[in-house]
Amino acid sequence: MSGLTRTEVAHVAKLARLRLSDEELDLFTVQLARILDHAADMQSLDLADVIATAHPYDLINVVREDVVRPSLARDAVLAAAPDAEDGCFAVPRIMGEAP
Amino acid sequence: MNAITMAEGVRAGELSATTLAQESLEAIRARNDELNVFLHIDEDGAMAAAARVDDAVARGADPGRLAGVPIALKDNLCQVGVPTTCSSRILEGWRPPYSATVVDRLLGAGAVPMGKTNLDEFAMGSSTETSAFGPTRNPLDPTRVPGGSSGGSAAAVAAAMTPLALGSDTGGSIRQPAALCGIVGVKPTYGLVSRYGLIAFASSLDQIGPFAANVADAALLLEVIAGHDPMDSTSLPEPSPNLVSHLDDGVAGQRIGLVRELIDGADAEIVDAVERAAAVLAAAGATIVELSIPELRLGLSAYYLIAPAEASSNLARYDGVRYGLRVDADDVAAMNEATRTAGFGAEVKRRIMLGTYALSAGYYDAYYGQALKVRTQMRDAFRRAYEDVDLLLGATTPSVAFTFGSKTNDPMAMYLSDVFTIPTNLAGEAALSVPFGRGEADLPIGVQLLGPGRSEARLFAAATVLEDAERGS
Amino acid sequence: MTLPAGWEMVVGLEVHTELRTATKMFCGCANAFGAEANTNVCPVCLGLPGSLPVLNKQAVSMAMAIGMALHATIAPSTFHRKNYFYPDMPKDFQISQYDLPINSGGYLDLPDGSRVSIERAHLEEDTGKSTHLGVSGRIHGAERSLVDYNRSGVPLVEIVSGPDIRSAAQARLYASELRAVLIATGASDGRMEEGSMRIDANVSVRRSGDPFGTRCEIKNLNSLRSLHRAIEFEAERQVALIEGGGVVRQETRHWDETVGATSTMRVKEEAEDYRYFREPDLVDLAPDADWQRSVAESLGPMPAERRAAMVALLGQASDAQRDAIDVVIDLGLERYVHATAAAGGDVAIAVARVANELAAAGDVSKLMEDAFVATVAMESRGQLSATQSKAVLADLLATGGDPVAVAAAKGFEQLSDDSLGDIVATLIAAHPDEWARFCAGDDKLAQFFIGLVMRETRGRANGKAVIAELHARR
Repeated sequence: MSGLTRTEVAHVAKLARLRLSDEELDLFTVQLARILDHAADMQSLDLADVIATAHPYDLINVVREDVVRPSLARDAVLAAAPDAEDGCFAVPRIMGEAP
Repeated sequence: MNAITMAEGVRAGELSATTLAQESLEAIRARNDELNVFLHIDEDGAMAAAARVDDAVARGADPGRLAGVPIALKDNLCQVGVPTTCSSRILEGWRPPYSATVVDRLLGAGAVPMGKTNLDEFAMGSSTETSAFGPTRNPLDPTRVPGGSSGGSAAAVAAAMTPLALGSDTGGSIRQPAALCGIVGVKPTYGLVSRYGLIAFASSLDQIGPFAANVADAALLLEVIAGHDPMDSTSLPEPSPNLVSHLDDGVAGQRIGLVRELIDGADAEIVDAVERAAAVLAAAGATIVELSIPELRLGLSAYYLIAPAEASSNLARYDGVRYGLRVDADDVAAMNEATRTAGFGAEVKRRIMLGTYALSAGYYDAYYGQALKVRTQMRDAFRRAYEDVDLLLGATTPSVAFTFGSKTNDPMAMYLSDVFTIPTNLAGEAALSVPFGRGEADLPIGVQLLGPGRSEARLFAAATVLEDAERGS
Repeated sequence: MTLPAGWEMVVGLEVHTELRTATKMFCGCANAFGAEANTNVCPVCLGLPGSLPVLNKQAVSMAMAIGMALHATIAPSTFHRKNYFYPDMPKDFQISQYDLPINSGGYLDLPDGSRVSIERAHLEEDTGKSTHLGVSGRIHGAERSLVDYNRSGVPLVEIVSGPDIRSAAQARLYASELRAVLIATGASDGRMEEGSMRIDANVSVRRSGDPFGTRCEIKNLNSLRSLHRAIEFEAERQVALIEGGGVVRQETRHWDETVGATSTMRVKEEAEDYRYFREPDLVDLAPDADWQRSVAESLGPMPAERRAAMVALLGQASDAQRDAIDVVIDLGLERYVHATAAAGGDVAIAVARVANELAAAGDVSKLMEDAFVATVAMESRGQLSATQSKAVLADLLATGGDPVAVAAAKGFEQLSDDSLGDIVATLIAAHPDEWARFCAGDDKLAQFFIGLVMRETRGRANGKAVIAELHARR
C-alpha cells in the first residue's frame, strides 16, 4: 500500500494551486492511492544500477544562432489577457516576493 | 473518396477544392449535432484556404501534395486566430496568435483545415468523456465511445466528414481511437513530427500523427507533416522520410514478432484477429516469431507516473494571468487557485495531483525516479527484440469500442485500455493501428504493428499487406 | 564596524548576471533593457500553450567564457524545471540547471590576495517584472500589479561562491572583482542599477573555530553598498540574537535600503517544494572541444592581469589612480593608454583622461588612438592646459579630427613664457600679502596665484608653467 494520506493529498493540492472540497479530497485520496498501489510492481524492482531515461533519443547540443526574430504585436498579446492595463498584464495584488 | 484521389483531381484541375470543402462542411453539419465531433467549424478559414488552392491551380502554380484535401485538427493544435481549447474550460475562447508547425506544413501542402475536433480534456483520457464540452459519439455506434483522447479526429474520418485528420498520441491517443473507429492511426517515432504548437500534455511522450481511412492516405499525410523543425529541440535532424514510395514493399523475408504481452488480457475476438493478421503476414512471406517482452508489463505503472509528472508542470501555466479563464480573487495566489479549480475537470486535476505528488520532495526517487529507470528498461527491451525481429505485432486495444460511462467511475479501468499502446510512447518508437476484422456488434478491431525508431516505411508496408487482405476478404 | 571579539561571519554569494546576447535564452526576441512593456515577447517567452524552447548558442558560449574566466570545469550539463507559481514567470516554472551545471568548481582571486572558491556557474532564464500599483509602489499594500514580460527568458548565469568570505568588505571586493571579470569576458555589462547583475548573500555567524552556524539568505541587494551594509547588519543581528540566548532560524530575508535593515521574507518551513525534474523540451548540452576552444580563444586577459600591466606602465599607482585604472578596464579602453605608452607619452595623464573624459563620453568610436596620444603629448608638453586638453578631447569625441587643428580652432594657443611672466609679475604686485606668505613657505598659496592667472588668461595658461614662474620669483 502506498499509505497515501488525506493530509498529503491536501498538501499536494496546495502545491498545485487547486482547491479540493472535502468530498473531492476523500475521493482523490482513494483514487490516487489505487494508482500508486498499481505502481508497487515497479517499486519492488532493484534498479539501482539502471540509468534513468528522460529522453527517448540521445540528441545533444541542439542550439540556434543568436539572431533576432520578430516579436508578437503587443495588441495581439494583450487581447488574450483577462485583464490588461498600460501595456501590461494586470493581476490582483501579489502577496510576497518571488522565491 | 480518398485523400490521394482528391489531391490528384484538384491538382489536375478536375476537382474544385472549394467544392470539396463545401461537401466536407455538409458532411460535418449533417452529423455534428449528433456526434459532437467538431468543437469549432472554421467555415471561413476553410473556404479561404480552398479558394487559395483553386487559385493556384488556375494560375498553374503547384497547389501542393494535399491540394484541396479537407482535414480535421485535434483541438490541442494551435492555428492562428482559430479558437483552441484542449476541450477545457480553462482555455475557452483563446485564439492563439501563432500556428503549429504541422498546421503551417498542411497549409503549405494545400490541405484545407475544416476546424477543431473534440478530445479528452488536455488529451487526458481514452474515450473523450473527460471533454468539458461533452463526449464525442462513435459514428459506427453512437451508444459507444470513439476512443480517445483524439476521439473527435478519429470520428471525423470514420464519419467521412474529412478524409484526413491529425491527432496526438501520448499513450495511445491516436492508435486506440483509430482502432475503435475502424480507421488507420499512426504514432510516429518521437521527434519525427514537430511538436511546436501542440499543446503539451507529457512532453517526452507526445507525438502528432495522422488518421486516415486507408494506409496510403496516412502515409502521404505523415510525409507532409514530418521532417526536422528548428522550433522543436527534440525534433529529429533528418528530413521527412519516403513512405508512399515504399507502400508496396511487402513483408517478404521480414521477421515479425507476435508479442505475448501485447495480447494477454485482450478479449478473445481481439486475440483471434491478431493471430489471423499474423497468418496473413506469414502468407505474404514474413516469418512470425512468438516472443515475450516481460518489461512491457511495467509500462502502465511507469506511464502513469511520468505522464502526470510532466503534465503537472506543463499545466501550471494555466493560472489566469495571461490568457484563458480567470476567476477573480483578492490576491494573485487565490486567483490562480480559484481559476484552476473552476477551469480544470476532475481527470485533469487527478493527474496534476498525481504528478505533483510523484515529483515532490521525499517521493521523487520512489516514484518518478523509479519510473524513468523502468523507461530505460523498456527501451532496452524493445531494442533487444528488434535485434531479432524487424517489427512487432499485437493488439491495439483489449476490446472493441465500449459504451459510455462503463469506465468513468474507475480511473484505473480506463487507464488499462491503453495498456498495449503505452510501451511504444515510453520507448519513443513508432507504431500504428490498422483495421483488421470485426468483433462484438460488428464493431471494428484494430491490430497494432510496432517498429523501432524511424521504421515508418516498414510499418506502412506491413499495414498495406493487412489492408489488402481485409479488402480481399 | 566589526563583530564582537571571538565571532566570525561566514558569507557565500549568489550572483545572477544577465548575458549580453542579442536574443533571449530560448527564443528570438530581442534581449534589450528599457523597451516599451511587452513588446519583446513571443509565444515562447510568454509561455503560450504549445510553444517550445530552443537554446541560444551564444548564451552557452558566454556561460563557458564565464566558467573559463573563473577557472571552472566545463562539463556536459542538463536543464531542469524549477516549479513554482509566480505571475512574472509565464510558464510557472523556470528553466534552470540543477544537478549537472555547465560550470562547476573554480575560484576567483581578489585584489587583496584572498581567493574565493566558486561552486558552480549555471545557465537559467530570467523572469518578467511586475510593477505594484497602490499607495507605496511597493509590493506591500499594492492593490494591483502590472506584469511586463520583456525580461522573461533573458539568459542568466548564476555564479555561486563557496562559503569562503569572512567580512562585508571582502564580500564587496569579491562582487566588484567578479563584476570586472564578467565585463571583461564580454558576457555581461555589469550594470547593477539596471538589474543586469543581482546579488543574494548567504550569511551565518559562528564563534571562531566552531562549525558553521545556521544561515540566512538576503535578497534584493542591488548595489555594492547595499551588499556591504546588509551583510554587516545581518551578521550583527545574528550575533546579538545568539548572545541574547536566541537561535538563528534558517530563512530568507529582505534588505530594505532605506531602513538599513533586513527582515523576514520566508522561513524555511514555508520553503517551496520546487519539484525539479529534467526539462523534457530540451536536450543535453555537451559542448565539444572545438566549441570550447573557440570560446577560449576569444577570451582576452582578465582584469587582474590587465590592472597589473597598467600599474607597471605607471611605475607605481596612487589609490586614485588605481580607481581610475579600474574604470579604464571596466570600459575596455586600455588601448588608449597602451598607445600613449608606446609613443613614450605620459601614462598618468592618459589614465586620468580615459577614466574621466572618455568614460563620461560613453561612445569613443570617433576618437582615434593617435589623436588621443597627440592630445596627451600636447598637454604634457605644456602646449595645452588640463582644461584645454579636456575641451579638445570633448570635441574629438563628438566629431573626431586632429587635436592640433581643434586646439587652433578654439584659440588654444599657449601663452608664451614672456607674456605669462608679465601676467604673474602684475598679479604678484597686486597681492603683496599673499606673495609674502608664499615666500615665507606657505606653498598652498600657489593655488591662489594659479587661480588668478587662470582667470586672467581664461584658462589658457599651463598650471605647471605658472608654478615654475612663481618658484623662479620666490
